[in-house]
Amino acid sequence: MSGGLPPHVRLANEIAIQFTHLSRADAESRIAKHLHDFWEPRMVRALLAHIDTGGADLDPLAAAAAEQLRQPA
Amino acid sequence: MSLLKEPDFGTPERAGAATVDVEIDGIDVRVPEGTSVMRAAALAGVEVPKLCATDSLEAFGSCRLCLVEVAGMKGTPASCTTPVRSGMTVRTQTPKLAKLRRGVMELYISDHPLDCLTCSANGDCELQDMSGVVGLREVRYGVGEGENHLDAPTDSSNPYFDFDASKCIVCSRCVRACDEVQGTFALTIDGRGFDSKVSAGGNLFMDSECVSCGACVQACPTATLEEKTVVDLGMPNRSVITTCAYCGVGCSFKAELRGDELVRMVPYKDGGANEGHSCVKGRFAFGYATHPDRQMKPLVREKITDEWREVSWAEAIGTVATTLRDIQERHGATSIGGITSSRCTNEEVYVVQKMVRAAFGNNNVDTCARVCHSPTGYGLKQTFGTSAGTQDFKSVDKSDVIIVIGANPTDAHPVFASRMKRRLRQGAKLIVLDPRKIDLVRSPHIEAEFHLPLAPGTNVAMINSFSHVIVTEGLVDDEFIAERCEDFDEWASFIALPENSPEALAEITGVPAEDVRAAARLYATGGNAAIYYGLGVTEPSQGSTMVMGMANLAMATGNIGRDGVGVNPLRGQNNVQGSCDMGSFPHELPGYRHVADESVRDIYQELWGTPILPEPGLRIPNMFDAAIDGTFRALYVQGEDIAQSDPNTKHVFAALAALELVVVQDLFLNETSKFAHVFLPGTSFLEKDGTFTNAERRINRVRPVMKPKTGKHEWEIVADIAQAMGYPMHYDTTSQIMDEIALTTPTFSGVSFELLDRVGSVQWPCNDAAPLGTPIMHEEEFVRGKGRFMPTNYVPTKERSTRKYPLILTTGRILSQYNVGAQTRRTANVVWHPEDTLEIHPHDAEVRGINDGDRVTLGSRVGQTSLHARISDRMPVGVVYTTFHHPVTGANVVTTEHSDWATNCPEYKVTAVQVGLLSAQTEARASQAAVPVAGS
Repeated sequence: MSGGLPPHVRLANEIAIQFTHLSRADAESRIAKHLHDFWEPRMVRALLAHIDTGGADLDPLAAAAAEQLRQPA
Repeated sequence: MSLLKEPDFGTPERAGAATVDVEIDGIDVRVPEGTSVMRAAALAGVEVPKLCATDSLEAFGSCRLCLVEVAGMKGTPASCTTPVRSGMTVRTQTPKLAKLRRGVMELYISDHPLDCLTCSANGDCELQDMSGVVGLREVRYGVGEGENHLDAPTDSSNPYFDFDASKCIVCSRCVRACDEVQGTFALTIDGRGFDSKVSAGGNLFMDSECVSCGACVQACPTATLEEKTVVDLGMPNRSVITTCAYCGVGCSFKAELRGDELVRMVPYKDGGANEGHSCVKGRFAFGYATHPDRQMKPLVREKITDEWREVSWAEAIGTVATTLRDIQERHGATSIGGITSSRCTNEEVYVVQKMVRAAFGNNNVDTCARVCHSPTGYGLKQTFGTSAGTQDFKSVDKSDVIIVIGANPTDAHPVFASRMKRRLRQGAKLIVLDPRKIDLVRSPHIEAEFHLPLAPGTNVAMINSFSHVIVTEGLVDDEFIAERCEDFDEWASFIALPENSPEALAEITGVPAEDVRAAARLYATGGNAAIYYGLGVTEPSQGSTMVMGMANLAMATGNIGRDGVGVNPLRGQNNVQGSCDMGSFPHELPGYRHVADESVRDIYQELWGTPILPEPGLRIPNMFDAAIDGTFRALYVQGEDIAQSDPNTKHVFAALAALELVVVQDLFLNETSKFAHVFLPGTSFLEKDGTFTNAERRINRVRPVMKPKTGKHEWEIVADIAQAMGYPMHYDTTSQIMDEIALTTPTFSGVSFELLDRVGSVQWPCNDAAPLGTPIMHEEEFVRGKGRFMPTNYVPTKERSTRKYPLILTTGRILSQYNVGAQTRRTANVVWHPEDTLEIHPHDAEVRGINDGDRVTLGSRVGQTSLHARISDRMPVGVVYTTFHHPVTGANVVTTEHSDWATNCPEYKVTAVQVGLLSAQTEARASQAAVPVAGS
């Protein structure tokens, strides 16, 4: 852990802030695609697990984008 | 191959469609207009005697040996300075000319030591050759009688070459090479008449402006400027054409050997990247390859606190394979991974990513480009469709405006810098965007039109300002945009917003708005405009955004798809381009094709006979994080010293120490090997067989100058590991690996060793559509079809100066050293840079009580180190600078976890720091912090 945040939370936040100039829906979709294209599955799983435990310090935009990657149960 | 002597046509080639017909010694020849009589004669197969002429330099006309007779012309003009005219009839051999030439030679020889038999240049001396050619049989004036220069001293101050003034014929070739080829202007002719002598500005060579590129040595027709290795070992007797293993310019060299001993590296005139030029590293700094520090046998140990144990190849490979499979059984298939090296060949890299994907069964492969040009890959793919510079190096010869952003070519890419400087001396305009006043801003006969010293981390704000000016002032190329691009309107609306204006962003960038406006107008209206950029672009937290910003700028002004323009990354290491091309990124198979693309996976699944995972693997920083959380357990590292080169050393050390198995394959036991359990000795570029791909996408052959000193090629080691893990991987020759690359990668489908041996080099794409390669990309359409404008929202880095850390540290390279210094520190290049120093502005030094040469602490919120201060007004107030060539300094002890948002390329260029005078008490603490103990 660096900078006080788990790496997957820090990295997701850093991605999310780059898309704030877009509409909410467009931003969520672009962030989700970025996570899908470049993140190894365990990182996505860790991010979703973080959301499941309250999502502390996670940018809401990143959280919403990550939800798009959640596999149906 | 015997010793290769390339033809010398005497004067440079002239371009142009118009031709002239002339007759020389009864031979008809047609040459381009402007060609000299000397060159025309050479093209007709007639050699005119010469001493001061050589085809890398403009004609000078001083030696008077190349005189000819021309029908209808009075006298005997010098053939080097006389251009051909239509219908000219030239005679190069007449009794009159022979007498004149013998007279000239008599004068030269009367003041030259007649020690040919013991001279180091015996057999490679143009003066000796010309004496024979003109039939000199006597010297009527005596030799060494009367006033002469035979006792002139030898300057041996340079570690690589001597200057023996007693053998100098003052032909000025060295002076002109320094001026015209290198562009340093370090040499001159002092004195007049008989007192004329070559001088390094009145100094010893080592005390002068000389950058030891070797151009003067190459140009010297006698033994005056001679490599010390030739003096010591004698003249070489065979040549091997190969490629330099230092920076991304990828210069071609003739490795010249005497038997099996390498005597010297001579730049190859037919090399597409360098055309006969070199720098101090490629030309001279090859001694590391045979340095006693080279580890030649495999090593194994149980724990990193144990002593190394020398073992056989079979035991080392067996240990690696068994341990990797054991870890996978206990922790899963994705618990291991590998890192490829940009210093290794395409073929060596290809087999490593194949080993990871096919034998490891995952996509956990990454490359050292992660920490340098990964944002180039992302940004150019998003906008243009592929991850590559758009031009060949020659393209700069046609540029009218050149922007250099976050690069320091004279230090990091010196041979390309010489080419760029030549164009600037011809009148091209230069814009430099860099916090630091790099040499290009003002150097002999060059002065930047604009130097915009922007604050570190504000690149995107700056490029948005440029684009804002171009869009709002109507300077866009409407026709190009309409025909070739998409998403322009959305981008233009964004970039025209008032918050993107130079005035709004001046406070952020620190650059006055009027300077930005003037520079942007020059870029848009000054003719062919080209962008060249380096790690100052890619290593802030918005590196990928900045790459897209530059692509936007080029598309908006139509500066793409022809000579003289483009967006060009100056790649750091020799094979960064190639290692990325070869599928080293965890999300891409070779040729930049995403692992999620089933049709691409099918190509490899069928050929390799094993499934490939459709999801991306871990990047290097992700591997470190996963190592610390325990889900990543083993790492194979090829030719990359991650413990020294990667940011936030404390974090890297903790990650490496947490791994069950670290395998290092390298030339030397390095910082990373302190954490390794197995060391596999690698080969130097002199032993490798394969290809490198340089920054202009040029695929060059790397030919073995000698057999592997370790007994194995690096690709054989990798194939052996894969085999031992149960995955069949076998090649008989290196060319078979390239054949597999060509078979599976559309942009390489035409490449083979046979082609490269036949044509020299090719630039990818090389396929049926472009059988001899593609010097300029995106000429008719972009790789992705339409060029795509991408909005580039400026987001400030989280790394800010504070009261506690008020300065910003940025890092870079110096000419004589290369990356982490593993190679150059083991050569005489250390005389120029024995340690890393901290450059600090006089004001910042004064308020801290720091004098030039004082030892200072350099601390950030993650670590502290110490080094000597160098006070320099090249830095702006508030910014300090250091290099990272010496592990003892540990510059990355202070760099942080921040990275480019899209690629995780570390933010090396922006670290908030404090600098203080080092007290005796803090020195011990600082040095401990700089070199942490492995495993601590």
